[in-house]
Amino acid sequence: MNILELHHLKKHFATQKAVDDISFNIARGSIFGLLGPNGAGKTTLLRMITGIFYPDSGEILFNGKRFDAMNDVVGIGYMPEERGLYKKMKIGEQALYLARLKGLSKSEALERTKEWFVKFEMQSWWNKKVEDLSKGMSQKLQFVTTVLHRPKLVILDEPFSGLDPVNANLIKDEIFNLSKTGTTIIFSTHRMEQVEEICDHIVLVNKGQKILDGSVKQVKNDFKENLYRIGAHVLPEHLMTPAFEVKKHSEDNLLVKLADGTSTNDLLRHFISKGVAIQSFKEELPSLNEIFIRLVEGTTAARQFQSIA
Amino acid sequence: MNKISLIIKREYITRVRNKTFLLSTFLLPIMMILFIFGTTFFATKSAQKQQRVAVVNDPGFMREHLKGDSAKVLFTFDATVNDSNFIDKGYDGVLVLNKDTGNKKFLISSKKTLGTFAIGYIEDKLDKAFENRQLQNKGIKIADIDSITKKTNGASSIRNVLKDENGKSKQVNASLNSTIGFICGILIYITMFIFGAMVMRGVMEEKTNRIAEVIVSSIKPFQLMLGKIIGIGAVGLTQLLLWVILISGLFAVAQLFVPADIMQQVQQLQQQQNSGMIPGAGSAAAVSDTASKFFEFRNSILGIPWFRIISTFIFYFLGGYLFYSSLFAAIGSVINEDPQEAQSLMLPITMPIIFGFIILSSNMTTPDSPAMVWGSIIPFTSPIVMMGRIAGGVPWWQLCLSMLFLIGGFLFTTWMAGKIYRTGILMYGKKASWKEMWKWAFRKS
Repeated sequence: MNILELHHLKKHFATQKAVDDISFNIARGSIFGLLGPNGAGKTTLLRMITGIFYPDSGEILFNGKRFDAMNDVVGIGYMPEERGLYKKMKIGEQALYLARLKGLSKSEALERTKEWFVKFEMQSWWNKKVEDLSKGMSQKLQFVTTVLHRPKLVILDEPFSGLDPVNANLIKDEIFNLSKTGTTIIFSTHRMEQVEEICDHIVLVNKGQKILDGSVKQVKNDFKENLYRIGAHVLPEHLMTPAFEVKKHSEDNLLVKLADGTSTNDLLRHFISKGVAIQSFKEELPSLNEIFIRLVEGTTAARQFQSIA
Repeated sequence: MNKISLIIKREYITRVRNKTFLLSTFLLPIMMILFIFGTTFFATKSAQKQQRVAVVNDPGFMREHLKGDSAKVLFTFDATVNDSNFIDKGYDGVLVLNKDTGNKKFLISSKKTLGTFAIGYIEDKLDKAFENRQLQNKGIKIADIDSITKKTNGASSIRNVLKDENGKSKQVNASLNSTIGFICGILIYITMFIFGAMVMRGVMEEKTNRIAEVIVSSIKPFQLMLGKIIGIGAVGLTQLLLWVILISGLFAVAQLFVPADIMQQVQQLQQQQNSGMIPGAGSAAAVSDTASKFFEFRNSILGIPWFRIISTFIFYFLGGYLFYSSLFAAIGSVINEDPQEAQSLMLPITMPIIFGFIILSSNMTTPDSPAMVWGSIIPFTSPIVMMGRIAGGVPWWQLCLSMLFLIGGFLFTTWMAGKIYRTGILMYGKKASWKEMWKWAFRKS
């Protein structure tokens, strides 16, 4: 069952087709990665999902029903890329205020805020102001205010920027916890190693269009180039064969690209017959980073202004 | 609805708890009193400075008739003075008269500008001298003229009493009415700027802090704007209420310092008035000058239609605030971190407010002039200008028209500003041009 379905969403601004016919589904309880270079239309897409913008055309289904911003926003928690908090407001009050805007009652809001503050060891911050916090601390606070009302869908735009590894892990653990309890998470970033680590499913957008959609594993398989890494002492005379092409060669490490029609067993057989002692053998899948660069590269790095007919 | 009330509460509480709120609540009335006293003080002080004027070329009768007042202008007849040596002789100016009495154009040379007040005073005295000379030529003695003038000048005084249909009387004081209207007008003018700017800064803060994006994912931008406007408006009302309490408290305290015997005489005058007599007529000797002045002052304060003034003040304060604050909010939503951008965008909004103030201050003495009537009906200026007219009484149809226009006006500006705000609050980068804002305001949906 999908918590969110986007059908042919379009949003055009005066000088740009920010989102140009994008469709995808997000399964309930999954961790979904929305990827794309700067200015690809990610934020516009997220703003439509959070009900801040209305799409020019297309349809959003939330829980199988047409998305109704007025009522459904209660089920969504959104942490925008640019962090926003009232600088002069006390932290405890601020968390309560934002929770109550999401429809929690006063006592509920108080109870949950306290719970989260204990969890993140933030109790001593209650009467401090946001301007007294460091960037990482306010990041944690922002995360708490995003998930406080127990939304079914949490949207995190670059949640780890500015966090040290310890705090980043804290947030990461919470993301996994939320996912375990059935919360769906949309995770927007251009840090590919985090995506590989966290996400089940990714969509890559560029220039307002979807260019990739699938699970992390499947995407990597789709983009594999038949590369294999062999741990062995290989002599140059062993490499004279049409079965593969040598990509990299060091003393005890070899990276080869198999030719079409050659199987991995053929490769191993070749080395065994030469009497090479193989210590390790592994298929080398491309990293998401490489896939990302390969797909986005070649298109102009910065989006150009286009005229909309 | 519940969410708007949360926003209102936050806007109200964060501001009222702020130290600047307390400070401005107590300082503004003090500043205003200082301002009023200061201007009157400087006005009287510069007028009081004595000017020494030498008079030359006397046609013969001026020495006898041209008399100055030692406090204002002192005329000295000194034939040795001319326009090149009057400074050395210690005069501020030299007035050259004509031997020809038919020609009444004169020249005065002075070291510094004499000022309209002194020139007017000298002209009056010259007129008086010519008048006295004519009277003398008709056979009236100077001594008689002097004694008549002394008896009659400034001896009459007028009390204006209003009668309603039931024959109930009320004393009015035209100059007090216009002063109160003026003060109310200034107060609306100042508060409109203070609270309008407060709304604008609040919107800018939310935009630059990027909290707007978090909040509009919970509620509609229009609700956020409305909540902010209402919350700050409530802060304004609270502050006004505190000012009213503060000022009436000061007035009550001041009354305690009036000596008991004077208070007693005042009571006596009051009883005479209540029994239908002209106060102070019969027993002039028994009542001191101070007491009768105090009585008149108190009577005219009590005679001011306070209820009408305060209720219309609250209406026009709220109406004017709502009319302009949504525009200020729209401006706040389209600018970025740079406060200088605000300056140029604010100008078209501040202009009509300042214009209203100019109408008020230049027509204070004529509350029924066309400029005042129209200014008090058109919603851009009506909150300020109407306050200048209200103490003196305004026809019902004009008041109703003005109020209806103002309500219609703020509904329109709020609607329009809401549309600009909705787009502006999430736009970063370049500040919006007027053309873009116009497009945002009037596009469909």
